[in-house]
Order: sequence, then C-alpha cells, then structure tokens
Amino acid sequence: MSSLPLNRQQQGIRRTLWWLLLMLAGSVAFTVALVPLYDVFCELTGINGKGVNSARVLQSTGIDQQRNIEVQMITRTAAGMDWHFSATLSHKAVHPGEIHQMWVRMQNLGNTTGRARAVPSLSPAEASNYFLKLECFCFDDQQLAAGESLEVPVVFQIRSDLPEDLHRLTLAYTLYPQTGP
Amino acid sequence: MTSNSYSSAEGHIHEPPLRGIKRWLLTTNHKEIGSLYLIFSLVMFFIGGTMALVIRAELFQPGLQLVQPEFFNQMTTMHGLIMVFGAVMPAFVGLANWMVPLQIGAPDMALPRLNNFSFWLLPLAFSLLLSSLFMEGGGPNFGWTFYAPLSTTYAPPSTNFFILSIHLAGISSILGAINIIATILNMRTPAMKLMDMPLFVWTWLITAFLLLAVMPVLAGVVTMMLLDINFGTSFFNAAGGGDPVLFQHLFWFFGHPEVYIMILPAFGIASMIVPTFARKRLFGYRSMVYATASIAILSFVVWAHHMFTVGLPLAAQLFFMYATMLIAVPTGVKVFNWVATLFHGSISFEVPMLFTLAFIVQFTIGGLSGVMLAIVPADYQYHDTYFVVAHFHYVLVPGAVFAIIAGVYYWLPKWTGFYPDETLGRWHFWLSVIGVNLTFFPMHFSGLAGMPRRIPDYALQFADFNLLSSLGGFLFGMSQLLLIWVVVRCVRGGKPAPDKAWEGAEGLEWQVPSPAPLHTFSTPPEFIPERDSPGRA
Repeated sequence: MSSLPLNRQQQGIRRTLWWLLLMLAGSVAFTVALVPLYDVFCELTGINGKGVNSARVLQSTGIDQQRNIEVQMITRTAAGMDWHFSATLSHKAVHPGEIHQMWVRMQNLGNTTGRARAVPSLSPAEASNYFLKLECFCFDDQQLAAGESLEVPVVFQIRSDLPEDLHRLTLAYTLYPQTGP
Repeated sequence: MTSNSYSSAEGHIHEPPLRGIKRWLLTTNHKEIGSLYLIFSLVMFFIGGTMALVIRAELFQPGLQLVQPEFFNQMTTMHGLIMVFGAVMPAFVGLANWMVPLQIGAPDMALPRLNNFSFWLLPLAFSLLLSSLFMEGGGPNFGWTFYAPLSTTYAPPSTNFFILSIHLAGISSILGAINIIATILNMRTPAMKLMDMPLFVWTWLITAFLLLAVMPVLAGVVTMMLLDINFGTSFFNAAGGGDPVLFQHLFWFFGHPEVYIMILPAFGIASMIVPTFARKRLFGYRSMVYATASIAILSFVVWAHHMFTVGLPLAAQLFFMYATMLIAVPTGVKVFNWVATLFHGSISFEVPMLFTLAFIVQFTIGGLSGVMLAIVPADYQYHDTYFVVAHFHYVLVPGAVFAIIAGVYYWLPKWTGFYPDETLGRWHFWLSVIGVNLTFFPMHFSGLAGMPRRIPDYALQFADFNLLSSLGGFLFGMSQLLLIWVVVRCVRGGKPAPDKAWEGAEGLEWQVPSPAPLHTFSTPPEFIPERDSPGRA
C-alpha cells in the first residue's frame, strides 16, 4: 500500500478526533450548565414548589370575596434537631388578594446556641407563582440561645388570578440546622 | 500523539510477538481486545448473576431466611450496576471491537492504543466497585439509580469508591465511543458509503454518539455527589438550598439514553442474523437506519417518565407521556421490518436464529409493558413495583442479553474456526427461554398485585409468584453454565467452519478466513455497492 492514502486516513481520523473532543467538551459544558439552568427554570415556572425565596412586592389585584382558599401550614424539623417548631395556626381561610399573616413558633430545646433555617415548599406547585411572600422567617437564619423561643410570621398575599381549580394550598416548612458562616 | 499509534496492522507484523500476560496487557489488536471485552463481560455476567440468585434465593419464600436487609440492598444495587456497566455494555463494545473493523474492511480500530486503555480501565473500575462490598459499612446499598439523598447523606462510607469506579467506567465508555466513531467514519473500505454499512455498524455509530452525549452527564452527577458528601456543597441537599429532585432529573437525563445504549446494538445484531437465516435481504434497510436515529433522538426528551410520581406539573406529565409513546413508532418499524424479512423467507433455525427470534418476541413483550408504564395514571400504580422490574428485565435479559448471545453464536465460527455445538446450543437456548420467562413473566403479576421493588421480605399473597420467579431464576442462571461449556468447546475444536460460515450470510466479515487471522484487511477489500450493500435496490 502506498503511504499517501494512509496519510489521508490519518488526517481524517485526527480531524474526527478533534470534532469528537469538541462534542465531548460541549457535553461537559452542558452538564455543568444544567444545574443553574434547572434553578432558573424552576424559579420562572415555580414548579419545584420552592417559589421565589425573597420578599415580593404587594400587588393591588383586588380582593375576590367570592373565593375562599384554605391555606394549610405544615412544619417539621430535620432529623436529629432538638428544636421545637410548630405553626400557631394550622390552617386559615383567605380570600385571594387579601394580605394575611401566619405565625410559627420555634424554641431551642438543646443546651447550646444554635442557628437554623426553614426551607419552604408549596404545593400544589403550580400555585407558586400566585403565592407572594411579602415577609417570611424563611428568608433568614434564626439564631436561638439554649431554651430561647421565638414567634415569627410569614406575610403573604394570594394573587386573585389564582387558577380556578385550586382551593387549598399547603405551605410546608422544614427546619434545618445551619453550620456554615 | 505520535503517528505510530495510527500504524496499521502491517507495522506490527515483524515485531516479535509478546507472550503470556504481557501479550494481553499490551495488545493493540482489535480482535484480542474484543475477546478481552467479551471475556470480561462474561465474568461480570456471572458475578452479577450470582448476586441475582442471592436475591431470588432470599425471595423464594416470605420472611427473612438467608441474608440481612442491609446486605440484600447491596445485592440489588450491585447486581444492577454490574449487569449494566460491567456485563451488557462491555459485551457490546467487545462485539464492536471484533466485528466493526471486519464489517467495514478496516485493518484495526482507528486508535489501537486508546482501545487498550479503554479496556483495561474496566477491570480496575469493577475490582474497585466489588471491593467496596468488603469495606466497613458495606458496599453501595442505594439501588443502581443511586438516588440522593440515599446515596449522599445516608450513604455508606464506601460511596467514594463507588463514585471513582463509575468515573473510570464512564471514561472507558467515552474513549471506546470516540474510537468506534473515528473508525467507522474514516476507515471504511473505499466505495462503502454510510448507507452501505451493515446495520450492526450503523446502530453502533449511533450508540457511540449517545455515549458521548450522556456519559459526561453521569460523570457530572457522581461528581456533584462527591462534592456533596465530602466538600459541603448542597447540590442535592434541601437544607442547603439544593434539590433532591434535581438528582433524578440529571440521572435520568443520562439514564434514559443509557437504556437505548444497551438496546440499539442488539437491534443491529438482530438485523444481521434475521436476513442470514431467512435467506432474504433485510426488509427496509433505510427505514431501519432512520428508526434507529429517531429512537436515539427521542431518548433525550423522555427522561421524566421515570419520575411521574415526584410531583411534576400536569403539562410536563402529558408531554413526557406522549413523547414516550412516540418511541413505540420507530421501535414498531423495526419489529415489523424483521417480521417482513422473515415473511416468505427460506428460514432455518440454527442456534443464533433461535436466540434472535426469541429476542424479537420477548423484546416486544418488554416494549409493550413499556407503553403501559408510559401512561401517567397507570404509572402511579405501577411505579416502583415488580411490574417495572418485569418490564426492564424483559428488554434487557430476553432482549439485549439474548441478542448478545445470538451474536456470540453467530460469529463464534469466525472467531474460533469451529461451529459451536448445535445440540448443546439448542439445550442452552430452550433452557434459557423457559428459565427467563419463568423468572420474569410472573413479576408482571406480582407487580400488578402491588409488590414493591427492592424489598427482602414481602406479604404472603405474593408467595406463589415469587416461588415461580425464583425457580426460573435458578434455571436460567444454571443454564448459562452451558454457554461457557459451548464456548470453551468451540475454542478447542468442533466442526470446522468455512470462511462464510452461514449459507445466507452477507458482509465483508465472511470474506476473511475462519478463524480470522490476527491481521485482516491490510489492503482494503473490494466493495461494489450494487452487489454488496445491504441497502442495495
């Protein structure tokens, strides 16, 4: 065999190799991008139930006196946490458009000062973009000395264009210990 | 990279041949590496199979008899990981190593040294994975899908070794895929266009692109696990603002293309064997190629059908349901094409054909239960039950594994120069068919009745179905010993095979002597598309 066609083949292989490595780099870059993309996607659509985790501005959408939405509040603490964490009122009927607040009570039952943060979840998830938190204890870490207790509110408004088929929203908060700075 | 690594077979002919262990450690020959892959896969098949038998032995009766639940969980996890990454995938890579160069008239793979490296990563990866079983706290116990936080917050300490072994196996797959694509795109004999390639080559080309696209996602997922476990990040940890559901999205974005990686080459094998023993050309060559490509593309937009119950919005559930059902169309095209090839053919039933026909029927059963699982409201009942176990075992065992075995029987004469023993082969086939269906068919019923996956003990009403499954499992497992016997006998001797071992076979691989010498096609073979192309008019 003459060496000419072999060389052409080698060049072809080398060119293919570069393309494949480029593709591979693309796949890796896409993988890295998936995590922030997921967060952005969830924030825009609200479908993972977290909703926007910062204060929203009150909207004057008018109050719909005809509809009653039941808002339930569920609380739990992460496994192994010796804090008490409960809602002072477990459910409340509200009209869309009104501003309401619900309170939670937390108490550090342990012997040392601790810091904790509640992670919210709202279901059904499609309500996330209609449930506006104007103020929430879940925006910040809460620090409690041993035995200390605290009552903190979530202030919210349900937009009056909440989809017709939603009648009950469940707010779930899980309290996790915070160890970082 | 030096030009040396590209050298064709001729470059090595005059070197003194290496002997003993070094020959196998250092080989760059595609046939030897192909054999290594196949032997490795067979070993893993038996290790993973033994774990399956531990599972079936425990489930033979209700109650805890043989193993503790912790160990049972490690068995289900390791069985899945080993069968997927250690047995099925390397078996297909081994067949590709052996047959792709022979089928396209190339002297070797494009990157022979890389080929050696890809293979030797695997024994390393899997000895690492298996060694974790003996570590303190045990091996991986979170299921082969290793959902976070089971695999992060609640994982045994050996999980870091699991992550490393997945990385190694992933790198091996990526390098293997690069090699196969470079070979197919550049080293075909002159005049062989893409649309003249045998379907096994076509399906592997598409599979290799799938591997290249999704193995980095798997690598990314396990890296995030590594960071969550050891470096305090919170990708999947809700306490730190992460999301465990993200894990499932990422895993299945890899995982669904992965299941097609394990079946597309099987389609290719069936498309080689059916025409040979029906003595007709493959019906609808072009539609086969397009159907394969369609399945590959669709595989990227169906991942969430594994997660219907995580609380997806209705629109997403509907989208993933319809997209999943759409896959039945190209898959149906393939099944109909095989049947149309058989139609009016002069069919003979040698062992490779028996396994292939069983593959077609049984894979279709698995495909149909797949369509059932795609229906969202029905999936709420089926989710995480034995119905799912029955489904994916039907596509993987009587599906992919039967196709691999069919390919082995089909090409053994080319590899060894002897026909595999026909009588033993028939025994192997019939025992396997009875065993595999006895194992997995009752699982449909136990699943529909509500038996959950991954449990070491179960309610009394599932006892009869589980007894049948366990009996079938042991029958299937034991009958695979026949496969070893057949292969060993075939390597040692038997009825000599001519170059073209099967009367109706077509393709360049049947032009080289049987057994195929170490170096073939040093000069590209003649290929006339009008005469030789499987897609000719």
